[in-house]
Amino acid sequence: MNRVRVARTIERIAFTILGLACLTAMLPPVIFVYIIVAEGMERLSLTFVTSPPTMGMTAGGVLPAIIGTVYLILGTIVIALPLGILCAIYLTEYAPKGPLTRLIDIAIMNMAGVPSIVYGLFGMGLFVLALGFSQSVIAGALTLAALILPIIITSSVEAFRAVPQSFRWASLSLGASKLQTIRRVVLPNAISGIVTGAVLGIGRAAGETAAILFTVAAFFLPVTRNIFTEPMATLGGQVMALPTHLYFIATQVPGADRSIMWATALVLLLVVLVFTIPASVYRTVIRARKKW
Amino acid sequence: MNTKVIARPRTLAEKIVESIVERVITLAGFAAIAILALILLFLLRDGLPFLREYSFARALGGINWYPISFPPVFGMLPLILGSVVVTAGALALAVPLGVASAIFIAEVAPGWSRSIFKTVIEVLATIPSVVYGFIGLATLAPLISRLPGVVSGQTALLGSVILAIMALPTIISISEDVMYSIPNTYRTASLAMGATRWQTIHRVVVPAARPGILAATMLAMGRVVGETMAVLMVTGNAASIPKLQNLLLLQSVRTLTATIAQEMGEVVFGSPHYHALFMIGLILFLITFAINLAADVVLRRIGGGR
Repeated sequence: MNRVRVARTIERIAFTILGLACLTAMLPPVIFVYIIVAEGMERLSLTFVTSPPTMGMTAGGVLPAIIGTVYLILGTIVIALPLGILCAIYLTEYAPKGPLTRLIDIAIMNMAGVPSIVYGLFGMGLFVLALGFSQSVIAGALTLAALILPIIITSSVEAFRAVPQSFRWASLSLGASKLQTIRRVVLPNAISGIVTGAVLGIGRAAGETAAILFTVAAFFLPVTRNIFTEPMATLGGQVMALPTHLYFIATQVPGADRSIMWATALVLLLVVLVFTIPASVYRTVIRARKKW
Repeated sequence: MNTKVIARPRTLAEKIVESIVERVITLAGFAAIAILALILLFLLRDGLPFLREYSFARALGGINWYPISFPPVFGMLPLILGSVVVTAGALALAVPLGVASAIFIAEVAPGWSRSIFKTVIEVLATIPSVVYGFIGLATLAPLISRLPGVVSGQTALLGSVILAIMALPTIISISEDVMYSIPNTYRTASLAMGATRWQTIHRVVVPAARPGILAATMLAMGRVVGETMAVLMVTGNAASIPKLQNLLLLQSVRTLTATIAQEMGEVVFGSPHYHALFMIGLILFLITFAINLAADVVLRRIGGGR
């Protein structure tokens, strides 16, 4: 057999193995999602998402957890988005090309790699204890904001860098100041990238468990305050949250109904995916398209 | 951008506002460094007191973790080994599978499919870890418990499998990016000399991508070491040293991360146990910091060296 034929056969075998590897790698999460949807549909209903858990959390719904997660998301975004955008503005428009800037980049990369439980400890040490907020929405939101800050900064930096320099020069040449240029030219053109980053950050915050276990999560708190009528009380108090609720009923409530667990997992998955799928798809579309 | 800005003359109000805003922006720029420093600070603040009453060597090498006995024994070795075993198992599964998948996406699959793969992988990476933990608990644990000699399905093996599934998107995504960015001239030169595509891949592309793949592995390792909820729900949480004779992976283990999550809820503020948990947090922070720093160095070197 000649060498070329051997090489071609080996290539065909190798490519098949590679394809199988790729399939094996991507199939499990997809199968998991399918199982959650299939099993969770049984319990999922309007009543499930609008009523609180009952009978020691072995029955009922997940309403307080949903509300709690919504509050946390709102608080987190309100804190992280402005801070992240301002930081990105500094990095792209003002930062000199020196070792200090390099240090900032390293810091951002490392923030992204810190385990979420360590963020939980940090949040507990600083917000809950040292600043005296005790376990509360504000402590949880601050902790989650720190956790998603790298995501916001990185997406915003990418968005700002995608704005062509010629836009800035044109604005400056018309007599605008740097800040005016940023405010009226750079920011508006970067908004889509920034929003994508924010949405991905929300998805991350919504699914985060370890960071909120000791900073805000309540085991069982069926009545949630209304943040619009009692903002200070809500912010200063605990809430339930979807990810921690799933953890509690899956591991710490004896006699919990399996179908409730599946439905809770499904609700959590839907909440997260409703943010991350559109953002990811949009990001891929934008990156593939030629700009300007 | 550092071109000299010559704007129209500013009014006093504008001068004041602009200077304040620019100062705020500069402050925000250092937010990341500040927060990272604060994290380290608070870990030290609540973790170092542990060393007042317990020597570091005894903690690292101690083989018994009895935090609530009297007096408490804080041997972290079983926890460290738990993390090591689960991480090693996860990487052993995820790295070959992930790199092979990345090769497939970057070199074998048709070009139009690349963005579909990337999007799917990016979305799969956002599934919360508590969901993975729950699924592992609900579906895979019973399967493992059917194996002979295994009492409960909550084992290190399950932890490794679930963590591997969670780490795969990171490995695939970064490795694929690295391979995609290898200049096409490498490939065309190899093909021009008569090599098949596969020969080109495994003799030219992959070796050229090796530092990047290493970096991807390190980042994935950092993520796996720091993972909490999935391992908490799935590894059984027995704080004992996994023994080779008991089929290493089929035992219940506890990781460093799960220990903190599990015990922090019941700890008395200011007690040695409390400080011990913060000490573990400090160790975790330093480990992941070192791993991420190393990965960053590797990534920068391949970025500039071509």
